[in-house]
Amino acid sequence: MKEFLSKLIEEPGVSGYEEKASQYVAELFSAYCDEVNTDPFYNVYGIKRGSGQESAPRVMVAAHMDEIGLMVKDIDDMGFLRFTSMGGVDQRILLTQEVTVHGKEDLKGIVAALPPHLLSAEEAGKAIKMKDLVIDLGLPADRVRELVEVGDLIRFNSPLVSMQGSFVNGKSIDDRAGVIMQVALMKELDKLKYQAEVCCAATVQEEVGTRGAIIGTYRLEPDIGIAIDVTHGDTPDAPKDFTHDMNKGIVIAMGPNMHPGLTQRLKDTAKEYGIAYQEEVVPGMTGTDARSMQISRAGVPTVLVQIPLRYMHTTVETLNMDHIKEGARLIALFIASLKEGWQEWLTY
Amino acid sequence: MKDLLGLLTATYGPSGNEDPIRELIENEIKDYVDELSTDALGNLIAVKKGNGTGKKVMIAAHMDQIGLIVTGIDDKGFLRFSNIGGVSVLNIINRRVKFKDGTCGVVSYESEIDDIKKLTLQKMYIDIGAKNKEEAAERVEIGDVAVYDAPMFASGDRLSACAMDNRVGCVVAIEALKRVKESDHDLYFVFTVQEELGLRGARTSAYGIMPDIGIALDVTLTGDTPNARRMAIKLGQGPAIKVKDSSVISHPMVKNLMIKRAKEANIPYQLEVLEAGGTDSGAIHLTASGVPSGVISVPCRYVHSGQEMIDLRDMMQATDLLVAILNKDL
Amino acid sequence: MVDLLKELTEAAGVSGNENEVRDIILRLAQPLSDKTYVDRMGNVIAVKKGTGSGKKLMVAAHMDEVGFIISGIGDNGMLKFRPVGGIDQRVLVSKRVLIGPDRIPGVIGVKAIHLQEPQERNTVIKQRQMYIDIGASSKEEASRLVKLGDYAIFDSSFLIFGQDKVKAKALDDRVGCSIILELLKDRYDFDLYACFTVQEEVGLRGAGVAAYHIEPDMGLVIEGTTAADIPDVPDHLKTTKLGKGPAISFMDYSSVANKDLFKQMVRTAEENKIPYQLKENVSGGNDAGRIQQSRAGVPTIAISVPCRYIHSPSCVMDLNDYKNTLLLAQKFLKGCEVR
Repeated sequence: MKEFLSKLIEEPGVSGYEEKASQYVAELFSAYCDEVNTDPFYNVYGIKRGSGQESAPRVMVAAHMDEIGLMVKDIDDMGFLRFTSMGGVDQRILLTQEVTVHGKEDLKGIVAALPPHLLSAEEAGKAIKMKDLVIDLGLPADRVRELVEVGDLIRFNSPLVSMQGSFVNGKSIDDRAGVIMQVALMKELDKLKYQAEVCCAATVQEEVGTRGAIIGTYRLEPDIGIAIDVTHGDTPDAPKDFTHDMNKGIVIAMGPNMHPGLTQRLKDTAKEYGIAYQEEVVPGMTGTDARSMQISRAGVPTVLVQIPLRYMHTTVETLNMDHIKEGARLIALFIASLKEGWQEWLTY
Repeated sequence: MKDLLGLLTATYGPSGNEDPIRELIENEIKDYVDELSTDALGNLIAVKKGNGTGKKVMIAAHMDQIGLIVTGIDDKGFLRFSNIGGVSVLNIINRRVKFKDGTCGVVSYESEIDDIKKLTLQKMYIDIGAKNKEEAAERVEIGDVAVYDAPMFASGDRLSACAMDNRVGCVVAIEALKRVKESDHDLYFVFTVQEELGLRGARTSAYGIMPDIGIALDVTLTGDTPNARRMAIKLGQGPAIKVKDSSVISHPMVKNLMIKRAKEANIPYQLEVLEAGGTDSGAIHLTASGVPSGVISVPCRYVHSGQEMIDLRDMMQATDLLVAILNKDL
Repeated sequence: MVDLLKELTEAAGVSGNENEVRDIILRLAQPLSDKTYVDRMGNVIAVKKGTGSGKKLMVAAHMDEVGFIISGIGDNGMLKFRPVGGIDQRVLVSKRVLIGPDRIPGVIGVKAIHLQEPQERNTVIKQRQMYIDIGASSKEEASRLVKLGDYAIFDSSFLIFGQDKVKAKALDDRVGCSIILELLKDRYDFDLYACFTVQEEVGLRGAGVAAYHIEPDMGLVIEGTTAADIPDVPDHLKTTKLGKGPAISFMDYSSVANKDLFKQMVRTAEENKIPYQLKENVSGGNDAGRIQQSRAGVPTIAISVPCRYIHSPSCVMDLNDYKNTLLLAQKFLKGCEVR
């Protein structure tokens, strides 16, 4: 799985431009699925048909494959690029990052700003704003103009690195790790008997407003929704209430956005099979695909499984690979438990 | 086109009260379309049938404009108001506004305020020259909406008026509708309502139409004024093909097609990355299972002020581009 | 009618956990309706077949109320919590709450004034600093009574006081639920889809789903709305006033009222000599926004019972407004031609 993740995070898929990533995901899915489709917005659907008849539920399992990134918004007279963000990029991480600008050809660049010795003491103490940053391609201005235009995408260069134990870091692990969990889920399902039709949707444009999930859920019309995303792992500087242990299992979300009965069933399944889990309470709608899945068409009872992740939306997102496997196993067992009378679980 | 734009920008039509502007557009286009209807929210939908081999295309231009809605009348006859759409304090101070029936007023603020940054709409009012509550109530009711009163003026190719956002888009749609003659596609020209309140008309009309492709026509901001917020759009450099804004990332297929058609027809164009703001394609592209959508924008300075400035050539070339797109394969 | 309002407002129904309210409504709506069901979002729909047109009118009120959800249990047995829906954090200090299905009593605590630094006394206490004390002395003890994810409500009983005034929690929008239960007693020309929605307070999430599957031809929302007719509020920001009758909305942040329906509502009030007021401010939003935006669009309007101190344990309304809102809704539906 680590190898898949390592390859997947290299595939371009900034929100709205997921075509390349979708091709890789479709290829990845096809080895484990009955059918793989891609819609016009590059949502990829990997479908596995269980043994059930017409009455078996259709379960949508969503994880988003888009990544945050940057976009060229202007080119100045010296050939430096001005840029805007695609998704919620923390502007404080940008200075001196190495990036790739996807112009007519791929160009390496460095994010730059006024050097510290030219700053006043007051300015030096402030966070640098994205509007004051530029990208230096090391090329003469006329060459830049030939190769780059407004609207070109910019991605961070930060390949997957193995750390101690099962920990890894890299960019775009939010939520490519979720897509890898989908692959692991497909493999787990092959070991089990299940009735449901399982549609793993690798969704697009989550980082700009769960847009892929809005149209993807409408298209699939599922009976049950399962969203896989990341949540905050514990760090010394963050409040404990809002973070989760990096070693104590996946995180099951609770709150209005999640169906209470199904969520309980997910927890019961975990307990039954001795799978460790943590809990997170979200008082309103979540910032995940679950937000849009729940209110698609006539409503989709939805649950949310999350992987603890440190340093979210940076180039060094850090995660414990064990959680991918455990989460996949839990979701597979949960799906396998949906037998005749599954509708009863959706009531209130 | 210039005269039509002058007429449209002078016609009343704030969000939720689009009747006058809708009637005007209806009259302007009724002889050129196969079907014409108004839906539950008030969107005007004009259909030009293709030959059955093409796609279903929704072309959306919002016809509503921002405004001030009266929420109360005080004893002295001053009107309190709230905003319809993106109204900023700075843009309305001491501006002349008019109501649907022609009643005019001046917007001002409680004068004890010394720091203009602290001024909010709640501390502002409209003075219609009424001497007391009764006199004011004879002319204006609670819920009535005022819009800027600022007729168009021209300075060379530069035109300035209120409500260029988005009567410019309406003119582009009207002209294209008249000029497109050989399209294979079923063209649904929709003059949408309530865009300024959150793309509301586009959302429901797109659901009703279920198009294969969506194209919105709107204005966009520029970065060509003194010390402007950085943006690579200038007046007079051609229509803008939108790459993204906060409501939509144009579908790459649609965006690239627009660029291709512009190049083929030698129409100048600019690429638009708008950091704040949205338009009808934001609603259209998320309709049902998704509708690949793009946007053609006319660059416009001072958007949402009483004087919005465009370049006539940009508007004409936007029309040329739209016609070139609709006349060919999609 | 007062009994009904008491029962409804005292029931727990924080957004996402509307069970108690749902059960009451199902019990009361069943005998009045041709069909009742709960949809996949948890909305209750009661259908009253019409005598004629077969057109569908959706009348909606939300069952949910603002409240709290337990997000942590401390080693000392104190509970961390987060607000569900928009609650003014200044309201929270020193309020009683009831937690979970067993209604475990607790108080929202903060250190006594004596222990505060002088400058602290003048600053808002942030919600994140607060905790709920249930009298448990350890994490183990608290965990036996309360689970993560349990919902909590304000502890507040229904009270009639002053001149025809009612104090209760959750008047927004149990008044609407109560009025719709009354409306179900009549039969109309069109099919009435009485819809009691969930999760309005966390983003109007229930109503859109309901409108999608009902596919109504028209929408009427009945709400409890802000009344700010109290001292020091300038006239133009009072929004609505107690005792002046139902408030008819021309616009809020979620929708602009359908022009024809707005005129019809005003006409209905005037013809029947029912006192009414316009909601004289543009603020808030309600389920009308989602119903109006459903599918290809639905003509929709909202009327409201004015309530002071909304989203607090002590909302206050005038019984006459409540009765007149019901009367206006009844007359409107009787005279209403759904197209």
